[in-house]
Amino acid sequence: MILEHIGLSQINGSLVVLEGVTEASYDEMVTMQLDDGSSRVGRVVLIEGDRCVVQVFEGTRGMSLQNTRTVFTAHPMMVDLSPEILGRTLDGLGRPIDGMGSIYPVCRRDVNGAPINPVSRVYPRNCIRTGISSIDCLATLIRGQKLPIFSGSGMKHNELAVQIVKQANVADGEDFAIVFAAMGVKNDVAEYFRNSFAEANVMDRVVMLLNLANDPIIERIITPRAALTVAEYLAFDLNKNILVILTDMTSYCEALREFSSSKGEIPGRKGFPGYLYSDLASLYERAGILEGKQGSVTQIPILTMPGDDITHPIPDLTGYITEGQIVLDRSMDAIGIYPPVSVLPSLSRLMKDGIGAGYTREDHNPLSNQLFASYAKVQDAKALASVIGEEELSPSDKRLMAFGRVFEQTFIGQGNVNRTMDETLDLGWELLTMLPRAELDRVDDAILDKYYEPAKERAAQHGITVA
Amino acid sequence: MNNTVYSINGPVVTIQGKTDLSMMEMVYVGDARLVGEVIRLDSKATTIQVYEETGGLAPGQPVVSAGGPLSVELGPGILRNIYDGIQRPLPALQKETGSFIGRGVTASPLDETVKWDVTVTAKVGDYLHSGDIFATTPETPAILHKCMVTPGVEGEVIWTAPDGAYTIREPIARLRDPSGKEQTLYLAQRWPIRLPRPVEERRPATQPLITGQRIIDTMFPLAKGGAAAIPGGFGTGKTMTQHQLAKWCDADIIVYVGCGERGNEMTQALTEFSELTDPRTGKSLMDRTVLIANTSNMPVAAREASIYTGITLAEYYRDMGYHAAMMADSTSRWAEALREISGRLEEMPADEGYPAYLPSRLAEFYERASYVKNLNGTEGSVSVIGAVSPQGNDFSEPVTQNTKRFTRCFWALDKSLAYARHYPAINWNDSYSEYLGDLSTWYYDHVGSDFMACRERLAGLLLQESSLMEIVKLIGSDVLPDDQKLVIEIARVIRVGFLQQNAFHPEDTYVPLKKQLKMMQVILHCYDRCVNLVSAQIPITQIIGLGLFDLLVKMKYDVPNNKLEILDDYMQQIDEKTAALAR
Repeated sequence: MILEHIGLSQINGSLVVLEGVTEASYDEMVTMQLDDGSSRVGRVVLIEGDRCVVQVFEGTRGMSLQNTRTVFTAHPMMVDLSPEILGRTLDGLGRPIDGMGSIYPVCRRDVNGAPINPVSRVYPRNCIRTGISSIDCLATLIRGQKLPIFSGSGMKHNELAVQIVKQANVADGEDFAIVFAAMGVKNDVAEYFRNSFAEANVMDRVVMLLNLANDPIIERIITPRAALTVAEYLAFDLNKNILVILTDMTSYCEALREFSSSKGEIPGRKGFPGYLYSDLASLYERAGILEGKQGSVTQIPILTMPGDDITHPIPDLTGYITEGQIVLDRSMDAIGIYPPVSVLPSLSRLMKDGIGAGYTREDHNPLSNQLFASYAKVQDAKALASVIGEEELSPSDKRLMAFGRVFEQTFIGQGNVNRTMDETLDLGWELLTMLPRAELDRVDDAILDKYYEPAKERAAQHGITVA
Repeated sequence: MNNTVYSINGPVVTIQGKTDLSMMEMVYVGDARLVGEVIRLDSKATTIQVYEETGGLAPGQPVVSAGGPLSVELGPGILRNIYDGIQRPLPALQKETGSFIGRGVTASPLDETVKWDVTVTAKVGDYLHSGDIFATTPETPAILHKCMVTPGVEGEVIWTAPDGAYTIREPIARLRDPSGKEQTLYLAQRWPIRLPRPVEERRPATQPLITGQRIIDTMFPLAKGGAAAIPGGFGTGKTMTQHQLAKWCDADIIVYVGCGERGNEMTQALTEFSELTDPRTGKSLMDRTVLIANTSNMPVAAREASIYTGITLAEYYRDMGYHAAMMADSTSRWAEALREISGRLEEMPADEGYPAYLPSRLAEFYERASYVKNLNGTEGSVSVIGAVSPQGNDFSEPVTQNTKRFTRCFWALDKSLAYARHYPAINWNDSYSEYLGDLSTWYYDHVGSDFMACRERLAGLLLQESSLMEIVKLIGSDVLPDDQKLVIEIARVIRVGFLQQNAFHPEDTYVPLKKQLKMMQVILHCYDRCVNLVSAQIPITQIIGLGLFDLLVKMKYDVPNNKLEILDDYMQQIDEKTAALAR
């Protein structure tokens, strides 16, 4: 028997209150029928005896205390899944909106997923070559990793994400697919991604979930969960390697804040709810590789740092959960360096175990350490030069300045070029020849003999010379 | 009495009206039997925090008492295991529900089927007090498990089982307590996690916890039984430092608590620790380790409990006379769990939304670190190393500030050092250890009489450098006189050659104290010789030209840990080269 509740006792923003309910259970889905024939879906967020609070995803516009009939479905928010889901476009709740009919579900899954047992995880070790030097060499992306891009409004994070998708060598394999979740992005950004996927000829391997900027904000809270449920299905049931792109996490967090404050919860920093960390973790931790399964879920969440402030709660908490971050830099973006990767704060935590002999090349780790260390010194030299002028610098600082310039222009600012791992590493050594051997304190002699010395000749050929 | 669920708000569930439940009692909530704990009682309602996801729970479902406070089971089989925050063994959960953790799953914390090879040490007629050892069993090749009388129980032994193979559910001995009641002793016992295990007395901490990490052992040592905090923003290497300490510190037992951190990190710890051998016992590192993994996406209330579960396990091994060390990564996530639950209870928030009782909870926890004389007369210790993840890398936030008050050792991680890939990124100007004075006698007796003096000089040089760098930042290093340039050069040697340590280098990942001292002596010797040269008006460029500094920077790699005599050659080289220049 299905009970239908007629009328509501309160409407407050996206929350509605029902009284006299006996069959509700926590976190279950409800469907609401309005008098005009339209229907809404919602979720139970609080129960107190026979009073229950429901969060309505599509918003409460047009709802009144009398005209709504509510049915409790007795199951949590589910997504319909089937192998045919590839190539489809879905709305923020995982329902098809591409006019190609509904998905005939092979199975239905709870969007909240369940935490992966740490014992069942396989430690990720296989690197994904992206063809972008600053990422491949200095913050290597590993299959099963969650590596966010910290960007700001107006910077080229979307271009970078597309370039990664196009060039990532997982794209060669048949078992590769992309799940793209847009949360509060502009229509043309979604269009840009769609066109780029089409251009890269991967459209039939993409699942798009769109919650655009003008879509209901509460639906946004479900969008990444639905996307990750699709990704888990494709990865662990169908053995595919999945790259999940979540953009823009900032919109997601703001939706969460709006929802939290409408519930009257005690706010934490900058008004975000105290559970923002746990909430973000429940998304990001759904990346990984499982024992006995062939597929993997790799996440690239994109977030725009409000005011380019990396200490803002959203990038801050994200950085604490994800396994590193790629930070984009506005001043580099302004002088036309693409991709404008800010090297020093960028980091990949899983990199150390996925590079080196047997994975990439034996010199990878020492080289990246040395590039980091030398580039950090460049910053000191720059700071000094801004005070006393570049002319007054000591010869070794001048050398560093020259190295820094070439490094930024050629190594980081590679443009829309696909570099192999060897090309990237060799270029790194060529640049290091601008510095005297004695200053390279992160590399031991055997590696220096093998890579640093031969690079000198190549550097001369390529016109990289000591000033 | 039939208790039923009335309201549900995230992990917080209430029962309406007065109940027979008591504070901190463990309960099973709902048809799915989710584990929970009573956290507030009044005449109108009983509030319960649930350690699992509450989705699907409905009003009217039953709440059943588990018959006592939230407890852990202590006995053989803890080591080498990996638990969640409320001591459910994760490998058993995997068998139960597969790769994803289901809800309402229960599994015995200790394997009930394993037969342990037990030697019964108590004899009929003995009078056993609380904490006395009555049986032993080799739990792992490295650790002998000593079964103790549960605190609060004592009496005369009236029966013992013969030596042999027993499970944890089989009786080993029977006591008659002073009131004439019989008590049966088993290999395992239960203990509530929020109650510190009793000890005879606390002893002053006078031995260092040797970690093989130069910046810690030499500059900011931690005592066995002490507490240390490692605060640092993301990417500064908190977890890396914790892993290094768990691998190399000279504690007998390691309890590693991953509290609200990444799942992959726990997997990494599990695989790495299994592969590595303990330099002292020659056995697998896992043989002395227990992992507690309550990753960030696992239920938040269990995260709050995981810290207590960890320290109770550590205390249990301390009671056997072992030195245990507990790593908590990260206590900020634990504090956030407190905040989240406090928010759901609608308590009045203090600083940044944290509950007002945050400092007292932190104090309670860190005070459980101690060097003690146990009830059975043995000595043992629990050292606690807590990572702190300050929001926005801002050390003035409440968790860092309060932790600072209750720990005596503070290893501040520095973002700019981490950016330059200087690891461990422990900032030598902001960090401190209050144990230096307590430990100096030990260093004097066991390492070398000049250890502390060398350390002071090193610290002094680094301090000088940091004030000189203020000037250099403004006007460049060219204007400095030669003696100050020399300070900058030697400080670079100390920073790069001594403080910076490569965790991935086979020789450098663990450095014995003798080598640490020797390295300091070589550096200071070189400095003294060079000071003489500078005062003899020899230009600094010529001194740098000797190549001595570059030699010293690489000595951590070039000199193997078991060939310290090479460092004597270095001394000689320094003498020869500087003498040649002086002529």
